[in-house]
Amino acid sequence: MSVLLATAVLTALTAACGAAPDEPAAAAKAGADAKTATSAAAFGGVEGLVAAAEKEGELNVIALPPDWANYGEIIKAFEAKYPKIKIKSENPDASSSDEIAAVKSRKGQDRAPDVLDLGIAFARSGADEGLFAPYKVEAWDKIPAGQKDPEGRWYNDYGGYISIGCDARRIPVCPQTFADLLKPEYKGKVALNGNPTKSGSAFGGVYAAALANKGSFGDIQPGIDFFGQLKKSGNFIPVESTPATVEKGETPISIDWDYLNAGYADQFKDKGVDWKVAVPADGVYAQYYSQAINKDAPHPAAARLWMEFLYSTEGQNLWLKGYARPVLLPAMTADGTADNGLVAKLPKVEGTPAFPASAELDKAKATLAEKWDKALS
Amino acid sequence: MSAPAPTPHTTGTAGGSTTRRRRRGPRTWLAALPLLVFTALCFGIPLGALVFGAVTRTDSRSGATSLTGEHLARSLQGPYLGSLIGSVQLSALTALIGAVLGVLIAQAVVTSRSQGLRNAALTASGVLANFGGVPLAFAFIATLGISGVVTRLADLGSLGWDLYSFTGLAVVYLYFLIPLMVLATVPALDGLRPQWREAAQNAGATAWQFWRHVGLPVLAPSLLGGFVLLFGTAFAAHATAAALVGGSVPLVTLKIADALSGNVLTGQENVALALGLDMILIAGLVMAVYLPLQRRSARWLR
Repeated sequence: MSVLLATAVLTALTAACGAAPDEPAAAAKAGADAKTATSAAAFGGVEGLVAAAEKEGELNVIALPPDWANYGEIIKAFEAKYPKIKIKSENPDASSSDEIAAVKSRKGQDRAPDVLDLGIAFARSGADEGLFAPYKVEAWDKIPAGQKDPEGRWYNDYGGYISIGCDARRIPVCPQTFADLLKPEYKGKVALNGNPTKSGSAFGGVYAAALANKGSFGDIQPGIDFFGQLKKSGNFIPVESTPATVEKGETPISIDWDYLNAGYADQFKDKGVDWKVAVPADGVYAQYYSQAINKDAPHPAAARLWMEFLYSTEGQNLWLKGYARPVLLPAMTADGTADNGLVAKLPKVEGTPAFPASAELDKAKATLAEKWDKALS
Repeated sequence: MSAPAPTPHTTGTAGGSTTRRRRRGPRTWLAALPLLVFTALCFGIPLGALVFGAVTRTDSRSGATSLTGEHLARSLQGPYLGSLIGSVQLSALTALIGAVLGVLIAQAVVTSRSQGLRNAALTASGVLANFGGVPLAFAFIATLGISGVVTRLADLGSLGWDLYSFTGLAVVYLYFLIPLMVLATVPALDGLRPQWREAAQNAGATAWQFWRHVGLPVLAPSLLGGFVLLFGTAFAAHATAAALVGGSVPLVTLKIADALSGNVLTGQENVALALGLDMILIAGLVMAVYLPLQRRSARWLR
């Protein structure tokens, strides 16, 4: 209730600020247009969008960690390309639910996030709640149909495969598959990136383990049993793997997104950690994150320009540089705009990724929330 | 962070100041008005919001809010109930061990004649009692984790030591709970006057009899208060456990964090609020047991 009250007061205040009398009417009109624009054509092309975004001069982003999928460089590149737009990055380590909470609680404020980088479940539920503005980027048609909302309220951006990172200085023979992880030589060595009821990548790890053990997208139980077995044999350590634990050798084997594991390999090369990355052939699981625009974005044009930038060749290649697989990679490989040097450095994967349906994902999460504690304790 | 709670009810009652006559009058409550207003604002409003969220459901499309017991019911089932039980077990066990060891250390400090030892112990306790959260977790990981310094030097791994377990977590909690107990009980032990012991000895009492009939009854309110304080601190701790054991030791604070700010489960916010309400009720229950007991023991001090 207090939150509601505070929001109401702040909304009134910001509304009063927005109605400054010296603001030209034309700009106000462009702002109104930007809020409902569903493509760059509404601005008369990308140049018009750039002009409108530069007039706004700011972009609020949230939950973009600089050391995650190369976001640090992406933000810098955007600011270098559009120097008149200043990016305000808030709470880089926020979770998807923090982002949705920020959208809801700061409705109508200048501090509300303009664009969101969300886990797929939150992109879907947020769209259902009507929180996002539909917008189709220039490259819309090239995004595979299974990876976008038909109305353009969210679309996948970058992702990767569940991989097994391994400190080759401490582990004589690095595990290549989930089956390998059960070997007694890995006692007290296998970690996840957090608790799978909270961390998206840890959840992906359990899902991949399920696929490796005769499970399916609709049946995550074998994955839970697998980690229960790892815990019983003493191989699993519940400590959350972070750059710090990887560097220190506390999590010598870490199941995580391949782009994070590959990033650690670069990051710690000079520090005496030989971090090897393998995508397990028995449990291939890919997941993409989604982008969405806040329906009440305080900087609607800048938000749309940010989306255009992310889905441009430049933006997509920057993700590739962070070892993430951009959603346009197949299209870019076909038309030759993908940076082949970077593609060659990606961890090797056989086949094309498949994705669970919403209902399967919901069921898997419900099962996990119910059974994980018991299996692990 | 495992912010240690303030220590309002742990000190003083054993001292001589309780004999001071209390002034009673119509205006006494006026002096407490700022406190009451502060409490109403800083505790009442969040509590109201918490209760409201725990018993209502808002439809995401229409925005209509309706009353429901679903969240509270879910918070008392399955893994959520398990986490509440886990938290109570861990807090009760660590508070009990912490209270016993803390009192023994405090007694040693008080009876030693060395002012230097006393100052050192109290200063160290003050620092350690506030050392918590992720820094503490990492200090332990570096020392007693799987590749920790001590673990490898002493080969603790082969002895079955595992930091990332219930036992490991209890040891880490004791690291800040014992100093907290020392801080909470030293003033009370100071209040045990040497004359009482001398009088007991002159009357032919053994040390055991002295403690049984004089020392412990006098100290009981402070000891109980210390135990409750320790229980509350352990019960509310989050960051240390989150960094150390993730989901493998079920704790209610971790469950609340999962539901409130996760990347996996959507739409669990109200269950988190319901869990928060459960925690408040448990804390209330503990206080409800503690207060009458304290009043009973305090009677002997008049």
